[in-house]
Amino acid sequence: MALSTIGTNQIASEAVTVPKVADQVLSSKNLIINGDMQCWQRATAATAANNSYATVDRWAFGESTDGAYTSEQSTDTPTGTGFSVKAQVTTADTSIAAAQFAYIYQEIEAQNLQPLQYGTSSAKTLTLSFWVKSNKTGTYTINLVKRDSTAYLIPVEYTISSANTWEKKTITITPTAGSTSLITASAGAIANDNGHGIQLGFGLAWGSDYHGTSNTWSASSHYGTSNQVNWMDSTSNNFYLSQVQLEVGDTATPFEHRSFGDELARCQRYLYRRDFNIYDVVCQGAALGNKGSYCLHLPVSMRAKPSCSQGSGIYCWYNQAGSITTQTGLAVSYMGNNDTNMTQAFIRADDNSTAASATNYPLGLTSYNSSGSNSTFIQLDAEL
Amino acid sequence: MSIKSAQYKSDTNLVSKKTENTHIELIYEGGEKWQVPLSENNRHYAEIQRQVSAGTLTIEDAD
Repeated sequence: MALSTIGTNQIASEAVTVPKVADQVLSSKNLIINGDMQCWQRATAATAANNSYATVDRWAFGESTDGAYTSEQSTDTPTGTGFSVKAQVTTADTSIAAAQFAYIYQEIEAQNLQPLQYGTSSAKTLTLSFWVKSNKTGTYTINLVKRDSTAYLIPVEYTISSANTWEKKTITITPTAGSTSLITASAGAIANDNGHGIQLGFGLAWGSDYHGTSNTWSASSHYGTSNQVNWMDSTSNNFYLSQVQLEVGDTATPFEHRSFGDELARCQRYLYRRDFNIYDVVCQGAALGNKGSYCLHLPVSMRAKPSCSQGSGIYCWYNQAGSITTQTGLAVSYMGNNDTNMTQAFIRADDNSTAASATNYPLGLTSYNSSGSNSTFIQLDAEL
Repeated sequence: MSIKSAQYKSDTNLVSKKTENTHIELIYEGGEKWQVPLSENNRHYAEIQRQVSAGTLTIEDAD
């Protein structure tokens, strides 16, 4: 029968059964945020890995070797994606010491992982798929770290076979991998909260302190294996990554492309960066004590009470004549420690008698530089 | 990223009228500066507490 003549009436009712599809979530199936590297609020240019977040949203760059590498946005991608993240060695380390490492990772919020049913005998299998490209072929590892209760880790090896060629990899991780029962026991549970759930990592180099057995859960710090290549061994080495998908089930389904707005909103739960130019007013002010005080609208609910950083040239516009005075030390204030899921932040600045005097009323925060142009930012960080 | 310094910052509580520590000014080597809430769910605060417990960091009192 030609495919074009097959309709729902031609499919026997028992041919596609609920058990066949029950574990394959058909919407929002990807547990990874920004898996196709669409959103770059912090920076797009090459930035040194610093054991923290640096460039692409939600992805962090761990590094403790005697060398160094950067991450940056790249348009060298697998088909159907606008960007990849490119890691590039800038200072080589040909001999990784026992406690040293380099890897790219994402922390997944615990309450998003409850469908995994970890900590029970019904714990689900996960499947990871991703596209990768590197000049350096050989064995690499991915890792999962389940943090709550007792921390359990699993490294899994994969191979980059062809230099400078995009390759799609698929890895299935069962809760009993390595004939273990750690994840299915009660200590395998992931708390239903806004804390750390699972870390997914892509190894670039692992010292011997972190070597374990591929595809085996353990309670030790087994992030990688002894077969992992030392990607840090040459400044010629690069590593591209995109279309990362982690989903429930034993099958890798096609990558779930989400709209830019959808993906950005997911990222902004963890980082909100408000860029603004000269004379833009980003939030309204109020007079409270001797500090400028402002209410900044947030586009989405943030995970936790955020840290705040700011760029240069942020001023308080304080009267109808357009007078301004500088504002430093912007901090999110007057919110309880457990005050999560907020959609506005009350921001206080350092003491400034001009901004707070009776005749000068803070109207809003703006950007200014006497040169006639200024680009600055306010950045709120609630990353895991 | 290595922490260069951490110092409490204070503010007047509008209800109690008492001055209290409200957040920590965190400065990394290289100059990156963050105002960090006193919240265990905040990753910067958690790292500060980890280093204080390890004895590698002291939080300075507020001015």
